[in-house]
Amino acid sequence: MSIVPHTNRRDFLKLAAASGGGLLIGFNWTNAQAQPAVLDATSAEALAASIEFNSYLSISPQGVVTIFSPNPEVGQGIKTAFPIVVAEELDVDWKQVKVAQAPLDTVKFQRQVAGGSGSIPHSWKRLRQAGATTRQLFINTAAKRWGVDATACTTNSGTVIHTASGKKLTYGELAEEASKMPTPTDVPLKDPKDFKLIGSTIRNVDNKEIITGKPLFGVDFYRDGMLFAVIKRPEAFGLKLKSVDAVAAKAMPGIVDVVTFDNSVAVLGKSTWQVLKAREALKVTYEKEAALESTADHDRIFDELLNGSTATVRRQDGDVEAAFKNAAKVIKSEYQCPFLPHSPMEPMNFFAHVRPDGAELIGPTQTPERARGDAAKFLNLPQEKITVEMTRMGGGFGRRLATDFVMEAVKVSALAKAPVKVMWTREDDMTGGDYRPAVKYRFEAALDAEGTMIGYKLRGAGINAGNPTREHNFPSGTVANLLIDSAEHKSPITTGPWRAPITNFLAYAEQAFLDEVATAAGKDPIAFRLDLLEKAKKSPVGDVKYDIDRMIAVTKLAAEKANWGKAKTADGKAVAQGFSLYYSHLSYVAQIGEVTMKNGKPELTKIIAAVDCGIVINQSGARQQVMGGVVDGIGHAMYGNLSFKDGAPEQANFNTYKMIRMANVPAVEVHFVDNGIEPTGLGEPALPPTGGAVANAIFKATGKRLYKQPFVEQDVLKGLS
Amino acid sequence: MAQYTLQINGQKLQADVEPDTPLLWVLRDHLGLVGTKYGCGIAQCGACTVHLNDQATRSCVLPVSAVGTSKITTIEGLSKDGDHPVQQAWDEVDVPQCGYCQSGQIMTAAALLKRTPKPNEKEIENAMNGNLCRCGTYHRIHEAVKVAATKTN
Ligand code: FES
Ligand code: FES
Repeated sequence: MSIVPHTNRRDFLKLAAASGGGLLIGFNWTNAQAQPAVLDATSAEALAASIEFNSYLSISPQGVVTIFSPNPEVGQGIKTAFPIVVAEELDVDWKQVKVAQAPLDTVKFQRQVAGGSGSIPHSWKRLRQAGATTRQLFINTAAKRWGVDATACTTNSGTVIHTASGKKLTYGELAEEASKMPTPTDVPLKDPKDFKLIGSTIRNVDNKEIITGKPLFGVDFYRDGMLFAVIKRPEAFGLKLKSVDAVAAKAMPGIVDVVTFDNSVAVLGKSTWQVLKAREALKVTYEKEAALESTADHDRIFDELLNGSTATVRRQDGDVEAAFKNAAKVIKSEYQCPFLPHSPMEPMNFFAHVRPDGAELIGPTQTPERARGDAAKFLNLPQEKITVEMTRMGGGFGRRLATDFVMEAVKVSALAKAPVKVMWTREDDMTGGDYRPAVKYRFEAALDAEGTMIGYKLRGAGINAGNPTREHNFPSGTVANLLIDSAEHKSPITTGPWRAPITNFLAYAEQAFLDEVATAAGKDPIAFRLDLLEKAKKSPVGDVKYDIDRMIAVTKLAAEKANWGKAKTADGKAVAQGFSLYYSHLSYVAQIGEVTMKNGKPELTKIIAAVDCGIVINQSGARQQVMGGVVDGIGHAMYGNLSFKDGAPEQANFNTYKMIRMANVPAVEVHFVDNGIEPTGLGEPALPPTGGAVANAIFKATGKRLYKQPFVEQDVLKGLS
Repeated sequence: MAQYTLQINGQKLQADVEPDTPLLWVLRDHLGLVGTKYGCGIAQCGACTVHLNDQATRSCVLPVSAVGTSKITTIEGLSKDGDHPVQQAWDEVDVPQCGYCQSGQIMTAAALLKRTPKPNEKEIENAMNGNLCRCGTYHRIHEAVKVAATKTN
């Protein structure tokens, strides 16, 4: 790939250079064996040659360490976690560290995506090597100056120390000389037991800016002369733009232009309120282009897909037919989940300035590289003519992996020949598509006379869901005879990844069904699962793509912490508990929900989560991710529902679409497994098991199963909010 | 269009806007005070919360023409150095995730503590229940309000 000359990068380099004779270090983050090169930040070569590197870390003579965080920050805490790892190996005081968001440069950083909980697994080793190599460089520099052996030196908080003589030099003092030294190779990494920063409690690096209301987010970007734009899109999926009468809208105060593209009409003007009002004055007609589907149609389609003879086989083990024929007992259930909007608190928005010779894009995106690629293709410009600056994101949850909102800004700016910020209202955001797909599952389990699950069938039916199963997840690998298949309906309603794609509903359905199977087998739900896992350890069936021991460990930790089966309320009443266990995005999470009856209604009082994400990098951030994931999991399972009538969503804002609020939140307890394994991501894995833990606890309390989300609309919970 | 002189964060600020323009957009688009956020526009999420004569108020549904001489405080004016007890508590408890909802949360909490310096659990819940946080930071918000209450006399 070619090199991208960012205007922003120059700014960053200037920033680094401005630290005055400081050191600018580029790391090749793409190789496991980093080949760092060191340059004087103020030299022209540094600026010219910097393109060969993938990341920057600058140290000023005053000892200030600037660490550039390459990945988009969407609330997952990466902008805090990444620098912690670098600073750990570099051996500097956290107080000396400044963190800056790096612009898009996939040559340097390779992976600049916020999604799939993949940032930490991708970068863990690279980050450590970046820090460790620089630390060694400072040791070598000091050793040379003192005329001693490098092995006789050590470091502490940004200072090199010659142990025998007690001589000291700070990294800042060494920076310039270090920049002329050869780069050490094969530098050993710290023994995890010596970690000081990793595993400690470190606050969000942007706290100060956030709590004082500084401009950080895409919506906060303003530039002199830019136009504000809102877009009128079809109100139903399946409609096509037919005619536009913009005369009245154009005559309204502050309106500069109205442009039409694809199925959209954009109103441009001098302020948000003016364009919002003018949009109301547009007279637009549409015609039907595809089926205008309603939720009732989807219910019918689901049944057709579940009963149909065409499905894609995803996994097959043993002889399922025979297992069900020989079964002593068969359990069969269906589970259903609706469409959901992502609803990040910051609605979609983006700034674009398209010029004849290039384009500047600024805003909240989880996939800056894709945004650049799409823009380049549309504008027929080489990628290097397009810059992307990532702002902090007011949440994303997968919505900002798409580029539709970026491309709108690009198109509007190109048509209007002006710098433009396109703003979505909440209604635009909620009715604008890219939803979590709606699905329905049919599960069947065959038990033998001893209550052992000898057969398992799952069919997933999805609307624009692709494969709505995760065929290699537990219980696959533990059941001798298994068939997992799926069928899909293609709909005009657009869908996309939503925090923990597929597993955010699949895990609920699977874990609730396994609870039913355990009950039918007359077994304790945890004992039932442990039994399956222990057996699979001895004789796995087919591929087992998760670590059985880690599954067992989180299960046992959750059971122990929740005092499984024995928990009592303060006044001595039994607490109804429900268990759920899931592996996703490389992390293992077990949860136990607790429910007590209040005025004849079940009330969720607590969720206990046991989490194995390997080494915990930041206690505060990690806990936050788990608690947030659990709250999200409860909220959407309980309340989330986007229904359709004639192709149009029936909910458009938070008055009709209920989101979880403080009063709805139970206590959440988080426990981490401490196993020293390389860390995995946490943005997603805590969410999937929650729905099952809640549903199973409610069953325990009421004897009623929850087969459908949102739970509050099911009979057992009706009237709760 | 009409001229409005608004009392914001102890200053007199002028805006030339249409009378029905919500205070939120006057703050953001015309006065450069972008700490006050848009989340729903219909008084459902609290992201746009400011103080109007010390009362927590949804600026997204307050037309500028209705503001008059009321004293407005936004997140930028809550304290000079970002050290209002609520802001301190928010940092200490490490509340923000994405951070987008937090200026609204902080303004709601600060108004609560002004009115009720030592709120109980229920009072905290009632006051904060109108502010949505999509990242689910509710536990820490609750905790931070309690911490802030210990800092105010
Ligand atoms: S933006 Fe005002 S309450 Fe949501
Ligand atoms: S911190 Fe993200 S919405 Fe509250």
